[in-house]
Amino acid sequence: MHQFTIAELVKGLRNKDFSSTEVTQHYLERIARLDKTYNSYITVTPELALAQAKAADKRLADGNQPALCGVPIAHKDIFCTTGVRTSCGSKMLDNFIAPYNATIVDNYLDSGVVMLGKTNMDEFAMGSSNETSYYGPVKNPWAIDCVPGGSSGGSAAAVAAHLAPAATASDTGGSIRQPAALCGLTGIKPTYGRVSRWGMIAFASSLDQAGILSRTAEDAAILLNDMASYDTKDSTCVERDVPDYTADLNKPLNGLRIGVPKEYFGEGLNPQTAAHVESAIKVYESLGATIHSVSLPHTHLAVPAYYVIAPAECSANLSRFDGVRYGHRCENPKDLNDLYMRSRSEGFGAEVKRRILVGTYALSAGYYDAYYSKAQKIRRLIKQDFVDAFQSVDVILGPTSPSPAFQFGSKTKDPVAMYLEDIYTIATNLAGLPGLSIPCGLVDNKPVGLQLIGNFFAESQLLNAAHQFQQATNFHQQTAAGIE
Amino acid sequence: MQWETVIGLEVHVQLATKTKIFSGSSTAFGAEPNTQASAVDLALPGTLPVANEEAFRFATMFGLAVNAEIGKRSVFERKNYFYPDLPKGYQTTQLAEPIVGTGFIDLELEGGRTKRVRIHHAHLEEDAGKSLHEDFAGMSGIDLNRAGTPLIEVVTEPDMRSAEEAVAFAKKLHSIVTSLEICDGEMSQGSMRFDVNISVRPKGTEKLGTRTETKNLNSFKFMEEAIALEVERQIDVLEDGGKITQETRLYNGDTKKARSMRSKEDSNDYRYFPCPDLLPVILDDEYIETVRKQMPELPEAKRARFVEQYGLSSYDAGQITMDKFSAIFFEASTKISGEPKLTANWIMADLGAYLNRTEQRIDHSPVTPELLAGLVVRIKDGTLSSKIAKQVFEAIANGEGDADTIIETKGLKQVSDTGALEKIIDDIIAANTAQVEGYRAAAEDKRAKMLGFFVGQAMKASKGQANPQALNELLIKKLNG
Repeated sequence: MHQFTIAELVKGLRNKDFSSTEVTQHYLERIARLDKTYNSYITVTPELALAQAKAADKRLADGNQPALCGVPIAHKDIFCTTGVRTSCGSKMLDNFIAPYNATIVDNYLDSGVVMLGKTNMDEFAMGSSNETSYYGPVKNPWAIDCVPGGSSGGSAAAVAAHLAPAATASDTGGSIRQPAALCGLTGIKPTYGRVSRWGMIAFASSLDQAGILSRTAEDAAILLNDMASYDTKDSTCVERDVPDYTADLNKPLNGLRIGVPKEYFGEGLNPQTAAHVESAIKVYESLGATIHSVSLPHTHLAVPAYYVIAPAECSANLSRFDGVRYGHRCENPKDLNDLYMRSRSEGFGAEVKRRILVGTYALSAGYYDAYYSKAQKIRRLIKQDFVDAFQSVDVILGPTSPSPAFQFGSKTKDPVAMYLEDIYTIATNLAGLPGLSIPCGLVDNKPVGLQLIGNFFAESQLLNAAHQFQQATNFHQQTAAGIE
Repeated sequence: MQWETVIGLEVHVQLATKTKIFSGSSTAFGAEPNTQASAVDLALPGTLPVANEEAFRFATMFGLAVNAEIGKRSVFERKNYFYPDLPKGYQTTQLAEPIVGTGFIDLELEGGRTKRVRIHHAHLEEDAGKSLHEDFAGMSGIDLNRAGTPLIEVVTEPDMRSAEEAVAFAKKLHSIVTSLEICDGEMSQGSMRFDVNISVRPKGTEKLGTRTETKNLNSFKFMEEAIALEVERQIDVLEDGGKITQETRLYNGDTKKARSMRSKEDSNDYRYFPCPDLLPVILDDEYIETVRKQMPELPEAKRARFVEQYGLSSYDAGQITMDKFSAIFFEASTKISGEPKLTANWIMADLGAYLNRTEQRIDHSPVTPELLAGLVVRIKDGTLSSKIAKQVFEAIANGEGDADTIIETKGLKQVSDTGALEKIIDDIIAANTAQVEGYRAAAEDKRAKMLGFFVGQAMKASKGQANPQALNELLIKKLNG
């Protein structure tokens, strides 16, 4: 039963081939038995899941089921869930239970989705390896000694190990696409403003966007239909109709213009990864697409600009965690300063502290112009690179990350090496564009991700290109050895 | 040496929007602590701000009222600092691109002097909560009801040269925002709070002296006192050869003393940057014009109308329209009595004095427009002498009923009845034969002065109720024989 895609689950539930309770129980049993190995969940919610499954079964029996009625998924622990702890992977919020749902959680409740639990993640989504989680690292189901990527590593590992048929995730600089690449999954980060950020704990507000980790592009399209909405509670959400993302999946790719940026194939790219991406380009040619060389000349400035803007925003976003109203508070504070200093010193991990310090520095008097203002200028240039490129192509294609999954601890001592993991994904967030990763081969039995970047609100086109690739290949059907 | 005082103001005006600037919580004053604090106001993780259109409308009205350019693009920024009553760890405010640009307010001062005070800008921002240091032994309580209440901070140029000018500005500002109905004007509840920047310089010089900022003054009286005290302190320091330290000061209205709160060296680096959760707000000409059309009558216009429509003097009209509620009171009362001048006099004199004495606001006055109109009508028709009217007014204020009831129960009706007056006069003439003879012997031009004695006696005998005009006529007739 855990082999089924979301599309197959929806169909099977409607046909009464199985009940939501059966599917949910099956997944809960697998999680209980297998997740000790992967550590992909922070919180599992069996009672709530079974209650939701029971309610879904009733609606299915009555024949008034919404689109995803009875389908179980997992939520990244960055999304607030009423009555269920939302930790964001941090000791700071180990005791935090929100009195509200994130809008995307509500959207999925409305469409009948069952929540299996909350998945592990890098602390406050800061990391590319899931090693910064207060709840311990997540193991990559493809290679147990390797990282699953991050920050949505728990969501990726859960789907790759078939402990959830799909999971929600979030992406600030690559946090959906890089884990998708490292765990052999389909992962989509929609256009900034397409999905509400209400109830998604902020890391860098101008870059954060919720999305999906699933096994297929078709599943991603089905799930995006219900995740995306216009939400008046989020001022940055764009008022725009949500199309049916499955409608264009089967469109032939004849005449699709694919741009390949030369800057994405330079130094630092694993040659075997590059070879798989080159093969994928051939697949697209065979599907009728035309390939064009494009240039994104400011690509080399994306990582430095990102590591000013994201920390600057996070330094303010994380100020609310002060031990005053909720979250971790130190014991017996001497005075106000002691309360602040110890609560925050104890509650935050090293990477979070590093970014708060970097951001505070970048915004300080005398440094603002040199760092923050300059980074914002670069951000505009990077966006302009894409706008220019999309004059002549429909989709941009390249690798998702420079190399396949790496071993635990191999980059933790060198933050810059870790930051370069996101070298191909970060520019998309700076520009606000949609991006997607799909599997395109294995290196040493570890998956390689192919990245597709679309124009603003061109999710349908991206999903169409990804789905057609998956109709022509079987990389997405490969499962890690040892997964039952 | 002669010193010149230089004053600039920063005024926090709480906007009377129904809900907070970035959340749907109520802004009503006086609720139980933390009952008007939503997830957004508490800065729970994942919550987001949504700007309140009403706050923009009010700020736009203010900008139009002070002749300012409206910021067609305004941007919220985060001002970062830690304090327990600041839930997000930053205040959302405006810095580089505020909603209201440069403008000015003209003041009328005593002696007919006028003065223009330039507005540097005014920006929208959210208020913080309150820290409560009493009632919690060894701890502090936090009340976040006020957190997120919309404010406009009005920043003037250093154009004022005395406490008188600063207070006149403050009163004019109060009059504008209450007339616009964008602020309830309740200063004791913190609806308007003044930060006063003060420096002194040798008279005749241009260079500004080092300034201090006295924060959070919430009454005109405290403002006046605090300025006087600080000016005196600065002059003393300078005349003793000392230097003024740039610092923030606090004035205590109870002890009449001020103290230094922090010096510039301790000031925070607020690390302002544009708030990524809020997009720039763009106001087009059409919006601004729509707001302009919705604006209530401003004090200046109302003053001109009162001169025109009610025949008040310019000075009286200015006094009455200074406070929106006086103007409302005046119009309501005049509508009933049909006596604008008498009504204005009573509002400015007896009613004003009474409200001052009892520390009440005119819109909460126990002497309502209806009750004052009832009194004014009885003065006009001669039932009450002005002296007795004051007694009746006091009785109305004490809640003893309306003018007619009080006149009836206390028997205060003015005596105009010739029979009754005749009896009184006859008695007086009989009892004061010497004076009567003196009067009758006196030359015509001396008599008017001597008449006063008889009027006084008659008034006394009538317990002040005699109609003076009728009394005079009758007395002259009788004395002349």
